[in-house]
Amino acid sequence: MSTEITRGPVDKSIDGGIKYLDERYGTSGFIKRNIKKVFPDHWSFMLGEIALYSFIILLLSGVYLTFFYKPSLIEIVYDGSYLPLKGIKMSEAYASTLEISFDVRGGLLMRQVHHWGALLFVAAITVHLLRVFFTGAFRKPRELNWVIGVGLLVLAIFEGFSGYSLPDDLLSGTGIRIASGIALAIPVIGTYVSFLVFGGEFPGLDFMSRLYTLHVLIIPGIMLALITAHLMLVWFQKHTQYPGPGRTNNNVVGYPLMPAYMAKAGGFFFIVFGFLVLLAGLVTINPLWAYGPYMPDQVTAGSQPDWYIGWLDGGTRIMPNWEIVIAGIGTLSLNILIPAVVVPGIMFTLLALYPWIEQWITGDNRAHHILERPRNNPNRTGIGVMSLTFYGLLWIAGGNDIIAQMLDLSINDMTRLIRVAIFVAPPLAFVITKRICLSLQHSDKERLLHGDPTGRLLRLPSGEFIEVHEPLSDNVKAVLLARTELPMLQPPAEVDQSGVKTPKLWAKKLQHRLNRWWYVDQIPMPTIAELEAAKHHAVHELQEAQALGLEITHDLPEPTKSH
Amino acid sequence: MAKAMGTVGISKYRKHPAVLFVLMLVGLIITGGLYSIGATAANKVAKDSVSAAAILNDPASIDAGKRLFATGCATCHGLNAQGASDGPTLIGVGAASVHFQVATGRMPMAAPGAQVMRNKPQYTEEQTLQLAAYVASLSPGPAIPTAAQLNWAGADLAEGGELFRANCAQCHSFSGRGGALTEGKYAPTLMLATPEQIYEAMITGPQAMPIFNDQTLNVEEKQAILKYIEYLKDSPNPGGLELGRYGPVTEGLFLWTVGIGALLMVAIWIGVKAK
Repeated sequence: MSTEITRGPVDKSIDGGIKYLDERYGTSGFIKRNIKKVFPDHWSFMLGEIALYSFIILLLSGVYLTFFYKPSLIEIVYDGSYLPLKGIKMSEAYASTLEISFDVRGGLLMRQVHHWGALLFVAAITVHLLRVFFTGAFRKPRELNWVIGVGLLVLAIFEGFSGYSLPDDLLSGTGIRIASGIALAIPVIGTYVSFLVFGGEFPGLDFMSRLYTLHVLIIPGIMLALITAHLMLVWFQKHTQYPGPGRTNNNVVGYPLMPAYMAKAGGFFFIVFGFLVLLAGLVTINPLWAYGPYMPDQVTAGSQPDWYIGWLDGGTRIMPNWEIVIAGIGTLSLNILIPAVVVPGIMFTLLALYPWIEQWITGDNRAHHILERPRNNPNRTGIGVMSLTFYGLLWIAGGNDIIAQMLDLSINDMTRLIRVAIFVAPPLAFVITKRICLSLQHSDKERLLHGDPTGRLLRLPSGEFIEVHEPLSDNVKAVLLARTELPMLQPPAEVDQSGVKTPKLWAKKLQHRLNRWWYVDQIPMPTIAELEAAKHHAVHELQEAQALGLEITHDLPEPTKSH
Repeated sequence: MAKAMGTVGISKYRKHPAVLFVLMLVGLIITGGLYSIGATAANKVAKDSVSAAAILNDPASIDAGKRLFATGCATCHGLNAQGASDGPTLIGVGAASVHFQVATGRMPMAAPGAQVMRNKPQYTEEQTLQLAAYVASLSPGPAIPTAAQLNWAGADLAEGGELFRANCAQCHSFSGRGGALTEGKYAPTLMLATPEQIYEAMITGPQAMPIFNDQTLNVEEKQAILKYIEYLKDSPNPGGLELGRYGPVTEGLFLWTVGIGALLMVAIWIGVKAK
C-alpha cells in the first residue's frame, strides 16, 4: 500500500476557510494535503500532548510572572503585606515573589499554576517517554526524534530547577547551595565553573540575574525550537500505530486531523489548562512565604528538590562519604561527584543511545511503524522496569527523611537497605519482568492455538472430558499475530573468504553473544501447520458439543488462510 | 456463550479487570476509616484547670508527689530518683523537665525505643505538678515557666520567625511539622505541643534537643518564638490545601497520584469516546 492511504476525506465544514486562504495565498494544495492527514488513535498517544499543553501554559503563566518578578539579590527590608516577614532583611527577588503571592492580583494563582504546571510538564514528558520506550516507538526510523525527546527532558529538568531557584527563599537557596557544591566537586575545573556561574564566591550577587536569563529566555527558546522539530518529525515520519486488523507497516489507520483531532486536541488542551488552574486554586505548592528568606547559615528539615531532581538528591544521600585527598593539589569529592555528576551522566547517555544499542544487539535494520507490545520484547521491557526500579529506589532515598518520619523508620536503616537494594533489586526486577513477559507470550500462543477457554466442560459419550473454547475475534487475532520474529545473528567468521582476519572481531563476537542472549528464550510463534491443526481440533470440539445438544452462539472457524 | 449463561445484574461486572482494584480500594477506605475513628477517640485527652502555682507551692504536694513517684517512676529512676540501670537520675532536672515529660505522656515510658514518643498523659495535671514539686524539692533545676514568661502578647512575630528559622527549623522544619533525626530519632511536630510545653522543652532540652537557656535565647526571644509557633498552628493557607506542609515530597506525590492520575483518566476517556 502506498502512503496515499494516509489521507482521509476533507470535512465539508472547512471548505469555506480553505477557499478563502486559497484565493489569497494559493495554499489550497498544502492545506488540503495536511489537514486531512490521518493519525492513528489511542489514548496513550495523548501523553505527549499533556507535556505540550503544560509547556504552553507555562509560557503563558510565566510571562505574567515576569511582569512582577525582580531577579536581584540586592538586600532590602521587606515592607509588604505579609506580616510575619515585615521588617526582615531579604533579597529583592524574594520580596518580589512575596509581592506576587500577596499583593499582585491573581499573582498567587499564576505562581501556583506555573509551579504545578512545571511538575506536570516533567511528569508528562516522563510518562510519554515510558510509552515510547515500552512500545518500541523509538526504533528505526525514529531514533533522532528519540534523542530530541531525551534532550527536551534534560532541558525541562534544568528549566524546572532554575525556576525552583528563582524565589530565593530558604528552600531554593539551599538548592542553589547544593548546585554550587556539585559544580565544585567537578575535578580540576570545578572551582572555575562555580566562580563563573556565581561571579565569585557563593552566593555572590550575580547569579540570580544570570539564572533568570537562562530560565526565561535561553532554555525555553531552545526547548521551543526542539519541540517544533519533535512535532515536525512526527508529522513527516507519520505516527506509529498499535497492531490491529488492517494495520500494516505501510499504512496508517485512523482519522483525519481535521476535524477529529483538532477537536480532540483542542478539547484536551482546555481540560489540561482547566485542571491546572483548578489544582493551583485548590492546592498549595511551595508556600515560599513560610520558608523565609535564604540565609547561608540557615536550613530547614525536609529540604527537598522538586520531584524530578529527587533521584539525584537520593543518590547523594545514600552515597558513602568517600573523598580522596591529594596532597598539595586538592580533594576529589567522590561523595558528590559520583551520585550528582557521574551517575546522571551515564544514565542520560544510555537513555539517549538506547535505540542504537538495541539495534546493534538485535541486528534489526528494518523500519518499524507498528508498535511492539511490551511482552513481545521481554529484554527491552525488562531493561525498562530495571531502570525504573533503580530510579524509584533513588527517589525513595531522596525522600528518606520524610518517609522515615511518616513511617517511624530509622534514616540510617533506610540508607543501609537502599545501598544494598540499589545493586540487588534492579537485576531482580529485570529477571521477574522478563519471565512475566515470556509467560504472557506463552499465553498468547495458547490463545492463538485454542481460543479462549469458556470454563464449560463437556463429557463425551466416550467418557472423555473436553473444555469448550471460544475462537478469538479478528481484532484480537490481528494483535496476537502481529509479533514478528527475527532470525538470530550468525556467529562472525574469524577470517573472510580471502583469509583476511575480520576487523573488530571482539566486537562482533560480543554482538553475537548479546544477540543470542536477547533471543534465546523467545517463545516461537505458532507455525501455519500448528494453527491449522488447532483449528481442526476446535471444529471437532464444537461438533462434539453440538452433537450433545449444547447451544453454541459463535460461528465455526473457517479453514485457515495463509498469514 | 456468555449470553447463554443468563447473567444479570452485578455478576455482569464480576470479571471486569477493574473489580480487583475497586474492591481493594473499598477495603482500604473502610479499614483506614475505622482506624482513624478509633485513633481520634483514643487521642482525646481531658484537660483540668487547677492553679499550677498553688499546687507547686503547697508543701503537701511534695509528699503526694513522692508517693506517686514511688509507685509510678521509682522502678526505673530509683526510689530516691537517684537513677538506676533503666533510667537516669532526676536530681537537678527541675520541675520543668518533669512537667514536660509527664504532661506530654512521654513519661511513664511505654517501651524503650529510639525515642520516647508523645502519648496520652497518664497523670492528671494536679498529679503531674505534685511529681514536679517532689523532684524540684530534691535539688534546684529549671522551674515551670510562669504566666509572665509565657505571655508573648508583646513579642515581635517577624523576629520570632527569624529566630525560629535560625534555631528550630533545621530539626522541626520550617513549618514546625517535625523532621527525622539519626537512627530512628526524630524532632516531633510542634503542632500538638502547648506553649508551656515548648518553653519547658527549650529550657530543659529533652532527648536529642539542645538546651536554649536564657543566655542562648532570652525570655523575650523565647516569647517571640512561641508567638511564631502559635501563628504556624493556625496560620491561614492562602494557597489552598497545605498537603501537610512537608515540602516538595508531598507535592510530588500529589502530582504523580492525583495530577497524572486524573489526566490519564481523561486521556483514556477521550480514547474510549473515539471508538
